[in-house]
Amino acid sequence: MSRSTERRGELNDDMSRYLAGARAGLPFALAAVVLGIYFGVLARSLGWGALAPIVFSIAAFSGSAQFAVAAVLGAGGGVFAAFFAAVFLNARFGPMGAAIAPYLKGGPLRRALEGQTVVDTSWALASRGEGRFDREFMMGATIPQAAAWIGGTIIGALGGDLVGDPEKLGLDVIFPAFFLALLAGEFRNRRAVSAALISAILALALVPFAPPGVPVIAACAAALLGLRRTI
Amino acid sequence: MTTLWVTIVAVAIASAAIKAAGPVLVGGRDLPPRIVSVIALLAPALLTALVITETFSEDRHYVLDEKAVGVAVAGVALALRAPVLLAVALAALTAALIRAFA
Repeated sequence: MSRSTERRGELNDDMSRYLAGARAGLPFALAAVVLGIYFGVLARSLGWGALAPIVFSIAAFSGSAQFAVAAVLGAGGGVFAAFFAAVFLNARFGPMGAAIAPYLKGGPLRRALEGQTVVDTSWALASRGEGRFDREFMMGATIPQAAAWIGGTIIGALGGDLVGDPEKLGLDVIFPAFFLALLAGEFRNRRAVSAALISAILALALVPFAPPGVPVIAACAAALLGLRRTI
Repeated sequence: MTTLWVTIVAVAIASAAIKAAGPVLVGGRDLPPRIVSVIALLAPALLTALVITETFSEDRHYVLDEKAVGVAVAGVALALRAPVLLAVALAALTAALIRAFA
């Protein structure tokens, strides 16, 4: 086989993994449209106008942090309270980014840009166990969700209140249910089960004492179990 | 109005920095085996924490409501080997029905 055919084969393989990822991301894109519309409508009701929520969705692309900012500012909170609420919620992307880092490509700038495609659902979908990740699959899964979140925000911010409250549709439950499904696939050995149990206890115990997001990042400490040579 | 824009810009920059930190600091180097085993446990630890906090907490309070019922339905469906998307749809449907009639 010639070099160029080989290379073309690799490209085709990459392309099919991007597409497979995009397909896997589609159901969450549906949810993201509805949540995006809700965010746009909520922002308008808070007097943000149309431009701010749209810019926010493009620049931050982070549902949980954006809803937290809306909640804090809407309740009369200031810049610092809103900022730290968002940072705590997004802190989980730190360890997620470190985990996928060895699979990204290029120099620091390109890696930093590729790291922007990490979102909960895509990262979890791209996990192949034992700390391995599928870069193309993750990036593919994020594309439809990003388009849906931004598109939904635009619809909502421009006045298209098509959906009402996403909670009425049970949309807030799809995320924990989905993460539970992926978690089942992570139980490949006793260590993973032990780490999950410790994480559950840490997260539950911290709920009353720490702002939202902090229990999740603190529960990552359960992964330090991996430092033990045997169990 | 300025408060809003300052917050938007600050949150956007912070989010991008958090997401860039891991990929830039870890880079493409091969990590020592013990660090790899820590990273391997990040997925189960993070997913568990997300399930727990999204199901059983709101702000700093514990909640036990239709979300827990929905997630439990998904758990049963998964245990019965239902496809993931069906299990997730059943969870949402369960919570939506309880909210509609409760």
